[in-house]
Amino acid sequence: MGSIEANGKNYETDEEGYLADLNTWDKDVAEVMAKLDDCELTDNHWEVINFLREYYEEYQIAPAVRVLTKAIGKKLGKDKGNSKYLYELFPYGPAKQACKYAGLPKPTGCV
Amino acid sequence: MSEIKKFMYVNRKAPYGTIYAWEALEVILIGAAFEQDVSLAFMDDGVYQLTKGQDTTGIGMKNFSPTYSALGDYEITKIYVDKESLEERGLSLDDLQHLVWEDEDEDWAEKDSIRLVSRTELADVLAEQDVLFNF
Repeated sequence: MGSIEANGKNYETDEEGYLADLNTWDKDVAEVMAKLDDCELTDNHWEVINFLREYYEEYQIAPAVRVLTKAIGKKLGKDKGNSKYLYELFPYGPAKQACKYAGLPKPTGCV
Repeated sequence: MSEIKKFMYVNRKAPYGTIYAWEALEVILIGAAFEQDVSLAFMDDGVYQLTKGQDTTGIGMKNFSPTYSALGDYEITKIYVDKESLEERGLSLDDLQHLVWEDEDEDWAEKDSIRLVSRTELADVLAEQDVLFNF
């Protein structure tokens, strides 16, 4: 167990830096997590992060990268629903890294 | 990738009380990445896994029933439900979630995933499989 501080608030994380309780998530902690990875969150990042939070809300799982790519393509268009675009935004792996910033657990099946 | 095999996950237990149903679901989602020909079967108390309106607040377990709706996204489009098991429990297709998958080749047309089959039909489907996982 670890923790992350954002705006004077403490957020509990697991050993890999994912939030321990997704209900504690807010935009501040997402920004701090991204900064730790040297990543500046743009609107394009937020689009994916918000998508993941909605997906989790609906299905109670973090989608696998293949599923995420397809679903993004359907919702936001083919120019965004491809691995090149998503890997440019999230070089550590779109599902893994974006899920982390979104406060979700690591996608099922991710090692 | 080598040849595609027919994988079948057989679910026979009630959703809560044991970890089988949730574990099966996780294995199915992970296994979907291997792009095999996957089917699921629900029989005996396993049919309760697919029922609508599950509420787990009283037992302190996560209600994972919404996750079954994501199976279509994972290209799992064949969900066999044993008709006799439903009838023995006073259930019908209307008591189950409406699970669909979207056919990308037909402009994302929604298609039903659940196939109601008799026990004999299900036995035939099971006999065609290369790999069976029992939960």
